[in-house]
Amino acid sequence: MTTTTASLRLAGIRKSFGATHALRGVSFDIAPGEVHALIGENGAGKSTLMKILSGAHRADAGTMELAGRPYLPESPHDARLKGVAMIYQELNLALHLSAQENILLGDESARGGWINRAASHERARAALAQLGHESLDLGRPAGRFSIAEQQVIEIARALLKQPKILIMDEPTSSLTQADTEKLFATIGRLRAQGVGVIYISHFLEECRRIADRYTVLKDGETVGTGEMKDATLDHLVTLMTGREVKDLYPRTAHATGAVVLEVKAAVSAPRLKRASLQLRAGEIFGLGGLIGAGRTDLLRAIFSLDGLVAGEVCVVGEAAGRATPRDRWAQGVGFLSEDRKEEGLMLTQSVADNLTLTKQDRFGRLGFINGRRQRATAQRWVDELRVKCRDAAQPIGELSGGNQQKVAFARLLEHPAKIFLLDEPTRGIDVGSKAQIYQLIGDLAAAGKAVVVVSSYLPELLGLCDTIGVMCRGELVTVRPRAAWTEAGIMRVATGGAE
Amino acid sequence: MKAPLRKIFVKGGPFFGLILVVAFFAIAVPLVSKGGGDFLTYHNFKMIFTQTVLVAIGALGMTMIIVSGGIDLSVGSTIAFTSVIGARLLQHDWPTGVAVLAMGAGGALIGLFNGVLIAGLRMVPFIVTLGTLLIVRGTTKWLANNQAVNYPTQAQMEAHPDWHSPIIDWMTTDDPFSKALPVGVWTVVVLAVLTALLLRRTVFGRHIFAIGSNEQTARLCGLPTVRIKLMIYTLAGALFGLAGMFQLSRLHGQGDPTAAAGLELDIIAAVIVGGASLSGGVGTILGSMIGALLMAVLRTGTQAMEWPNEFQEIIIGTVIIVAVYFDRLRQGRES
Repeated sequence: MTTTTASLRLAGIRKSFGATHALRGVSFDIAPGEVHALIGENGAGKSTLMKILSGAHRADAGTMELAGRPYLPESPHDARLKGVAMIYQELNLALHLSAQENILLGDESARGGWINRAASHERARAALAQLGHESLDLGRPAGRFSIAEQQVIEIARALLKQPKILIMDEPTSSLTQADTEKLFATIGRLRAQGVGVIYISHFLEECRRIADRYTVLKDGETVGTGEMKDATLDHLVTLMTGREVKDLYPRTAHATGAVVLEVKAAVSAPRLKRASLQLRAGEIFGLGGLIGAGRTDLLRAIFSLDGLVAGEVCVVGEAAGRATPRDRWAQGVGFLSEDRKEEGLMLTQSVADNLTLTKQDRFGRLGFINGRRQRATAQRWVDELRVKCRDAAQPIGELSGGNQQKVAFARLLEHPAKIFLLDEPTRGIDVGSKAQIYQLIGDLAAAGKAVVVVSSYLPELLGLCDTIGVMCRGELVTVRPRAAWTEAGIMRVATGGAE
Repeated sequence: MKAPLRKIFVKGGPFFGLILVVAFFAIAVPLVSKGGGDFLTYHNFKMIFTQTVLVAIGALGMTMIIVSGGIDLSVGSTIAFTSVIGARLLQHDWPTGVAVLAMGAGGALIGLFNGVLIAGLRMVPFIVTLGTLLIVRGTTKWLANNQAVNYPTQAQMEAHPDWHSPIIDWMTTDDPFSKALPVGVWTVVVLAVLTALLLRRTVFGRHIFAIGSNEQTARLCGLPTVRIKLMIYTLAGALFGLAGMFQLSRLHGQGDPTAAAGLELDIIAAVIVGGASLSGGVGTILGSMIGALLMAVLRTGTQAMEWPNEFQEIIIGTVIIVAVYFDRLRQGRES
């Protein structure tokens, strides 16, 4: 039945970025008044698909139909005009403008350039009433509403264009349980008004509650679709993760020793709610969980980039208490950022400077740097890790992602660190560099160093780590030896399901 | 433009610009000037170099600040402030050496104040130094009772008819070694070499670049970013204070509380023309010195062409915009 009344239908959508095939033939349809959950692991192709739907990208191949007519959005604005609106995970509000101004932004009620205040108020009020939130104070600046209320404002803005399809990307990731309930009520109203809602979420329990149907993406393909009432949690998880694990992970023999780092009930603002762990020498400790579950926040708290609100981080053998990143380096803790461009590297500076930034004074005396010695040191790592660059003096921004990552990693090796905090160490790099980094991590453990690896890629966690802890909504929920984990098990804990 | 050609243009831009402008005036001035004067004369170049001194010393400090990703608008006021302080001290018969030190220290103190607000309290450099621009200018006028501070005073002249401070001669008398250029010019050369060494060869210098290139990375790598920024603004302030000293000698014994108003804009322009990027992480002392020189050549050249003052301003404004366009090209290349 749904196929004949489809509001939006996609068939055979393909999209490549360079050599990467992000989408390899995705099909999908949604009826008016249907809530359709789109499910998949990080990197399965959900965001690319949504960007194509909302007009930010164009598909390489495939067809899209909206209400029976070909649908080819030129831009996000065009998509909105045609009836497809998107609510991003990161909300897009002008925080200094009032709720009313935000709702009408770009579509003001005006005559000859003058805002018609009465009409503006009326339209904004009507949009909110449609959502059951007519009591919202329209005059208050958007920045002074809670995240949940801001979300309502953004949905109200989308409603002004009378959308046929509303896409919501991880709408509950920063909502409390009570606000999630209110959001579900709002979605219920939209459904009753005939709007098709595409609901993207990692939280499978929520999807099961709110959605009528589901589609699962994996590696850029549709691997399953059906009625939600027929689907079990296990079935969905199997669809998401069912893949063969390639043997990329050479296991170097290593034994774990004494505890070198202890985290006791650490809490940091805004996301880390509670985490405790013990890290041993020669141990590779994996941190799994969804994006935004607080894994990066935990590493930042350990490294003192974010201050602790409560709890304790203790490097064994060092004074406890407040520390700075500078102290952590001095204690032999090194941090590899997940964001090379914004945080990890100085793109305008040389490979050598990037590699030696934590301890430049060792390359000379009296505050002067012996450039030749510094470059020679960097060159040794360039050779050893087979970094492709002209020489150590080349600006690092000119290197490929994989080579940049090797230099960023070498910074920790050169320092040298004994506790390695690695945040998504293989993100966005080629397979060759990946294998090399796995080998490096294995060698470190064999040499008695302690390593924490954050990864969103489950085979990587299971292939590489001795111990795996899974985080969900800011809490480190479960820590177990690798042998006690499966991909489905990690996914279940990460998505907030019971064990 | 093809990539290699563009690269040469971008990298050597300021230098080519300078050569181009000098060549233009060398050909055009003899053709146009009613006096039939030559542009490439010793006298002209001495004038150009001497005129560059204030902007050049200011540009040394400003290069450090801009490379670190900051900005300082209070330079003109700082120069006036220390020149008035210097004049006051000399009026009270303080030794020249002490007066020089006091001027440097006065500038450093203002820099430290800026640094505390910017690094310590994490306020925006543009706004903080816009504030100090006014505070320091006002303080200077107050200290000088709203009029020029003349030294020696009438009383000093009567008591010691042969009263003389060497400061008066530093922008005029030919230099002690070869009788070719004033002390001020040689001071710039020495300070430029020292600052260039500091930026390129020391740990502190690398850290300045690191903060300007990516402050997050600097923090992640354990650099004491607050302390480094304090040092940058303080050191730059000391240089601005010394520029005030040459302002004092340029006016032959007068500390003028209204002097050097707006000079910070010339200084920032020189640094940007010299290839530094306002987004930080990029810049050289050599480039900034060429930039400072370019501004002075433009001024002297347009005068020699007997073009009216207003055209000078239009031309210099155009040069700044062209330089900023090169800055954009450079950033385009990196991203």
